[in-house]
Amino acid sequence: MKPVTRLHSRTAVLVDENIDTDRIIPARFLTTTTREGLGKLCFNDWRYQADGSANPAFPLNQPAAQGCAILVAGRNFGCGSSREHAPWALLDYGIQAVLCSEIADIFRGNALKNGLLAIVISAAEHRWLLEHPGVELTIDVREQFIALPDGGRVAFQLEPFARHCLLHGVDQLGYLLQHAEAITAYEQKHQELAA
Amino acid sequence: MTARTLFEKVWDAHVVAAETADTPAILYVDLHLVHEVTSPQAFSELRERGLKLRRPDRMLATLDHSTPTLPTHADGTRPYANAEAQAQVTQLETNCREFGVELHGWDSADRGIVHVIGPELGATQPGMTIVCGDSHTSTHGAFGALAFGIGTTEVGHVMATQCLLQPKPKTMAIHVDGQLPEGVGAKDLILHIIGNIGVNGGTGHVLEYRGAAIEALSMDERMTVCNMSIEAGARAGLIAPDETTFAWLKGRPKVPHGAAWNAAVARWRELRTDEGARYDHEVRIDAGAVVPTVTYGTHPGMAIAINAPIPAATNAQERRALDYMQSQPGQPMQGTPVDVVFVGSCTNSRLSDLREAARVLQGRHVASGVRMLVVPGSEAVRREAELEGLHQVFLAAGAEWRVPGCSMCIAMNGDLAQPGQLVVSTSNRNFEGRQGKGARTVLASPATAAASAVAGRVADPREYLVEVAA
Repeated sequence: MKPVTRLHSRTAVLVDENIDTDRIIPARFLTTTTREGLGKLCFNDWRYQADGSANPAFPLNQPAAQGCAILVAGRNFGCGSSREHAPWALLDYGIQAVLCSEIADIFRGNALKNGLLAIVISAAEHRWLLEHPGVELTIDVREQFIALPDGGRVAFQLEPFARHCLLHGVDQLGYLLQHAEAITAYEQKHQELAA
Repeated sequence: MTARTLFEKVWDAHVVAAETADTPAILYVDLHLVHEVTSPQAFSELRERGLKLRRPDRMLATLDHSTPTLPTHADGTRPYANAEAQAQVTQLETNCREFGVELHGWDSADRGIVHVIGPELGATQPGMTIVCGDSHTSTHGAFGALAFGIGTTEVGHVMATQCLLQPKPKTMAIHVDGQLPEGVGAKDLILHIIGNIGVNGGTGHVLEYRGAAIEALSMDERMTVCNMSIEAGARAGLIAPDETTFAWLKGRPKVPHGAAWNAAVARWRELRTDEGARYDHEVRIDAGAVVPTVTYGTHPGMAIAINAPIPAATNAQERRALDYMQSQPGQPMQGTPVDVVFVGSCTNSRLSDLREAARVLQGRHVASGVRMLVVPGSEAVRREAELEGLHQVFLAAGAEWRVPGCSMCIAMNGDLAQPGQLVVSTSNRNFEGRQGKGARTVLASPATAAASAVAGRVADPREYLVEVAA
């Protein structure tokens, strides 16, 4: 994973609550065996009309939303399945951060492991951002704040380990592999549970 | 020793390295279940990094999501939805062969939906930690195992290290007092619970279902309840193992036998929440107040009694959901015309679910214009159902009797509904497009699904169950 320290972008907004992983990437596209190239399928059934043309009612199809790397989405974004294809698709589509007052557990974990900043903010700040699409924000991962256009700052919390991994591009599998001895010791102590 | 919850007992027993201020816990995984959709990228990564599986003996793989549920063609080929689906299945076969993983593939007499065969084989056992790249892994919590879904990156972590980095979740007790009324089942109960606590009510928590109504449930019913924990946002749901659990597991292929069985049961009896242990949250549900329950919107929290009026939308999202579903506020779901009925999925595809549907369909016929699919959860379920003649009941009623798999629950194998069609489904998700682009899903119990197939509209199964009994 590449380190992620700061992100500067305008916001795009999807006000809907409970945007589930099937809406982010419909299950029929999960027959892939790679991680790449899922951006074109991101929000597929919402984004395109039946004839394959862009759906003008999909907010991210608006001209103002083009090039926005920060998505502000309605409460409980990413609920549903554990498919990591959801953050893979968002990143490939160009979304590098999701700001929301509540984010589903598995999605959030998957997102952070891929360098997609899934950041929980307070309900009041969330409401303001939902009502003001297109604002320019800077997300500072090291100092854990979001800088607003008027100079104001919104603090957020990341788990220390998730933040550390983002800042340094830590490979979590590499970190786990360093604990091989402890894992072996655990296995020896718990032989009776062996299947 | 301080009083601990069931969750804490299982968690504590699997900590390889404790959580610190800066790092999450390293948690050991006893059983890693694998299927074709969420594993290929993890196997690829292992290959690229030159890593091996740490404990292939603790893995169990099956084919279920992308697999066709229609029988093999005369020439021996299988009716895959597309070449990519077939390639994904072939990829898992290759990966399992190369890495030495036990795969229940096409040639196995035990192939089936991953959350159905784990318990059937006795691979799922009380007190274990169980993971799978699938959010309905919560199903296995019915046995008192801490079981949850993980992403593909984590699938790779478990493959290489048998461990996961995990922040410790909070706990929530769902006390279900009293007993479920006649004609009301586990599916109604869990939809009722999610309707109460909300689609995000369990976020960050492990749920423990407890109380008289839970203790009275069979293992199949407990699996139905735990299966849908994720639909309330909780990664895991737990039920303390008891005599029902032990009796169900005894003699299954992968459980201990002889003296080792007795020792295991003695250990498993300790897996109960101690008197005085504290949960972060507690919720009380009166089982006696539950009636046949269905969904009317586009997430599982939008659930109501089948005969209750659909609530008016209170915000734009709810309006969108009602519009999508063509649900009429003030009207009940009962009576809504139905196009397709699906009985199956890891929520409701076990033998007792099929019996429940067959009990309603016996001597009746699916309404004209309605298509009904019955998809058993595993080859074992299919065998047992056919021994009992349940398939004859379904076929005589005009339903399709299929080969095991996830089928129309996730609709990625070609089994799907057409835009606008209304599906009464025993599966777990009613998201927009879940069962096909533009398809409308009403989640329900097997009895409600079968009654709706006969009536051609969403129907209260109690009317049908009473008639049969009389």
